[in-house]
Amino acid sequence: MKCNRLVDVGRRQFLRGGLVATAGAAAATVVGTGQAQAQTALALVDYPANRLANIADLAANEPMDIGYPDADSPGVLIKLGNAVDGGVGPDGDIVAFSVLCPHKGWMLSYNAGDRTLNCPGHHSRFDCESGGQQIWGHATQNLPQFRLRVEDDGDIFADGVDELIYGRLSNVLA
Amino acid sequence: MAFKRQVGRLPIIPADAQEFNVTCHYCIVGCGYKAYTWPMNRQGGTAPEQNKFGVDLSEQQVMDAEAWYAPSMYNVVRQNGRDVQLVVKPDVNCSVNSGLGSIRGARMAENRPSRVTGTQAQRLSDPLVWRNGVWQPTSWDDALDLVARVTAKVVTEGSEDDLVVSMFDHGGSAGGYENTWGTGKLYFESMKVKNCRIHNRPAYNSEVHSSRDMGLDELNYAYKDYTLTDTIFMLGANSMETQTNLYLNHMVPGLQGGARMVVVDPRRTLTIASSEQYAGPENVLHLAIKEGTDLALCNAILTEIVDKGWTDAEFIAASTFPDGVAVAQDDAHPASLGSLEHAMTACRLSLDEAAEICGVPAADIARAAEWIAGPHEDGSRRKCVTCYEKGIIWGNDNYRTIGAIVNIALATGNVGREGGGVCRLGGHQEGYYRPGDAHVGRPAEYIDQFLIRGLGGVHHIWACDHYKTTLNASEFKRVHKRRSDIVKDAIDAAAGGTREQVVDAIVSAINAGGLFVVDVDIIHSQIGQNAHVILPACEANEMNLTSMNGERRLRLSEKYMDPWGNAKPDALIAAGVAQAMERVLREMGNDAYADQFKGYDWATEEDAFMDGYNKGNPEVTYERLRAMGNNGVQEPVTGFENGQLIGTERLYSDGRFTRHGREDGKALFCAAGWRGWQAPGKAREQAAHRFWINNVRANIFWQNQFLDQKNDFVQDRYPHPFVEMHPDDMVELGLNPGDLLEIINDNGVTQGMAYPMPTLKRNTVAMVFGSPAGSQGNVVNPGVNELVLPDYKHCWGDIRKISDATPQTAGISFKSPEAVL
Ligand code: SF4
Ligand code: FES
Repeated sequence: MKCNRLVDVGRRQFLRGGLVATAGAAAATVVGTGQAQAQTALALVDYPANRLANIADLAANEPMDIGYPDADSPGVLIKLGNAVDGGVGPDGDIVAFSVLCPHKGWMLSYNAGDRTLNCPGHHSRFDCESGGQQIWGHATQNLPQFRLRVEDDGDIFADGVDELIYGRLSNVLA
Repeated sequence: MAFKRQVGRLPIIPADAQEFNVTCHYCIVGCGYKAYTWPMNRQGGTAPEQNKFGVDLSEQQVMDAEAWYAPSMYNVVRQNGRDVQLVVKPDVNCSVNSGLGSIRGARMAENRPSRVTGTQAQRLSDPLVWRNGVWQPTSWDDALDLVARVTAKVVTEGSEDDLVVSMFDHGGSAGGYENTWGTGKLYFESMKVKNCRIHNRPAYNSEVHSSRDMGLDELNYAYKDYTLTDTIFMLGANSMETQTNLYLNHMVPGLQGGARMVVVDPRRTLTIASSEQYAGPENVLHLAIKEGTDLALCNAILTEIVDKGWTDAEFIAASTFPDGVAVAQDDAHPASLGSLEHAMTACRLSLDEAAEICGVPAADIARAAEWIAGPHEDGSRRKCVTCYEKGIIWGNDNYRTIGAIVNIALATGNVGREGGGVCRLGGHQEGYYRPGDAHVGRPAEYIDQFLIRGLGGVHHIWACDHYKTTLNASEFKRVHKRRSDIVKDAIDAAAGGTREQVVDAIVSAINAGGLFVVDVDIIHSQIGQNAHVILPACEANEMNLTSMNGERRLRLSEKYMDPWGNAKPDALIAAGVAQAMERVLREMGNDAYADQFKGYDWATEEDAFMDGYNKGNPEVTYERLRAMGNNGVQEPVTGFENGQLIGTERLYSDGRFTRHGREDGKALFCAAGWRGWQAPGKAREQAAHRFWINNVRANIFWQNQFLDQKNDFVQDRYPHPFVEMHPDDMVELGLNPGDLLEIINDNGVTQGMAYPMPTLKRNTVAMVFGSPAGSQGNVVNPGVNELVLPDYKHCWGDIRKISDATPQTAGISFKSPEAVL
């Protein structure tokens, strides 16, 4: 799965590379030779669109382990069973979060009883029904949530993250 | 939906970024941080040689990694007149926190004022003077001239007793040795102001008189004692939330290493919940006493220890006063002090009597005594570290209750030894260095009542917002505003007049009952609404600042950015006031008085440090402290050898007690007899209302709520002050989570947001203290102890719904804060 994803990312980068080359060439004719050329880069992190699962794979309130934007960034995909703000799917109840605690990166565990992600490190906890809001804890941000999209065939894709993931200074690693 | 910063990438700290030592200035723990700054046109890279950490940042970092920082740790600030990039992150090499950040400290960078990112735009940038019906920005010269002219006229026409001063006495934040010296020199040396108070209480007094009178400084241990002890005995404190990294980095290893914990608190705190997880519930004893009964509980524990023969006879013989009364009870001493036998005549209380008073089983009290003092199976002595904070300090009968706590530590020999200590946990860091304050008197003047009675003509306020942090706040605010408005109206009526005419108008208004208010602060505070002159100050790291933490660890927290706008360090503002006073008094022909205001030619905060702290501690200089880094040195500093300052790990390790000033070096016990509610009006209020309104603190913003009122992450979590209630009480009052409610009693009204908390006892609520959006002090009665210590914690009221949840409050999480693992 990781390989597929990398191929995917590579193809998109390649296409953009063509556009950059054109702009660079134009700039070069203006500034002339002998000067360094600025590298054009995008302002935002470019997220891969990855298929995580199909709706049919999910059982209510049972988290499925996923990795996004790559396999080194563990997360969970959950069909909560009731609609929530930001939930996707026909029932508006599917969400996905990073499970690396944004305090010091310990691995969170899911408590199905109250639909929270809890940290064994220093007891921070996050509400899966409130966009990953830190209910109580030491992290200075709410839990990074993966933006999801569901295709007609039930395939669930992730294509973005709304906070910096623990342990990386770029959500998509260079 | 929860607030998200929508940040997917942060600039990388380049390998050659500038590095500064930072001590977190928010709470007492004083965690070590590093600040890194670098120019806007540079950035580090992912390759090890391209970044400060020397690691490959193109890989996912593992847990507890040094090489990660959150968006809250990044900002763009001004340094030497230029924008620079800034990261402030926890220091893995600091022994206080070992790389742990907290939800407060790890937002230091984000809570810096920035023109570029727009954070903390609420910070004051220029002096403001009330003119033409608004606060007009002006120069320092203009503002200080007005302050000095009015102040000089009032204190010379009347006396220095007409000048009322509210001034912080703490370290960290915008306090520290530099700034307490600046204000201290101004008011206690150049002047002898006795009508003064401290930021969080209505008089100029100690919060722990009895500990000091008994011979013990209140910060006598080292944090490592929590890992060396057998038992942690905590009263009226909730360290997981309010001394977070002291708890996580020192208490938790103690618990994991086999220490037990006894917690005295009417409510189940998160410290109790977490300690059960770390130590196992069988090793945590929660004594959920009735509010205000700590003293009876402690006396019963002491009685049990004495009767079981678990006292440390050798220690008592060597280090405590042997015969009878050493200090009699009088106006300045709410209990007599002396030998253990003498104390026992007042303290003796049986387990059953205490069980009745405190509402906890006698067997639990006996178990607490055993966990604190019962010898190990092999007969060896049990070590116990005792800690307390606002539940005691702001509780019922402050003097005697702290005395009763210290009694237990003394009787068991748990002071000055590894794994011992009896300490307050603290709020801010400490940073007090001032000329003597004996002229203030003991008991000190109750300043709020002094102002309410219409006394005093000029009020200088240094970083105190009594609107949020005083008791009887409703009345205080009403009177303070009315008196300030008299002066505002006079200024408005004198518009267009010369400086002399305006000053005359102000002084006439003061003589007619008005109050001229000068407010020095970093933001336009609520009490600042009553100010006529507002002076902008700096925080730590916008200036160099020295403070010590809860184990007396002294550090220099370095300046890495410019003051905001034209703001200045408090020490230099105090110097400016003094210089203006000297000039004005000389103009008035009062040369002798003017001469008293000489000696403030400080160009920097370091000059203030050298003029004050260094004179008393000649070994300590900025240069040497800088070299000691984030581990600093534990006070008192006793020397300088091999390039290192030599400190003191724990106090009284020689068994000699000196805080009371006694030549014999003997500690005194406190005859702390139980007498029910000590402060006037408490018993009547308790009988008249349904709910006990406990006031509490919250991890997320305690000690920096004034900044966090403009922090999106925090405001998203608690858009209104929370009022935690038992769900059954909520149902009875027709309240849903997030509904707005008001709390009413004879003292006033305050408001907040209902938050269900199933672990609370019925008919009690826990309301956050000091919120800008709902002051708990509004409903606290004016009752204080004999030495004018407020009893904020005991207040009763009725509750009424104001409104359904707002869209904002309805959207937040109302789940229990206890982690489920
Ligand atoms: S525990 Fe206190 S000192 Fe440490 S980072 Fe948090 S607020 Fe700062
Ligand atoms: S790592 Fe999760 S709370 Fe500290």
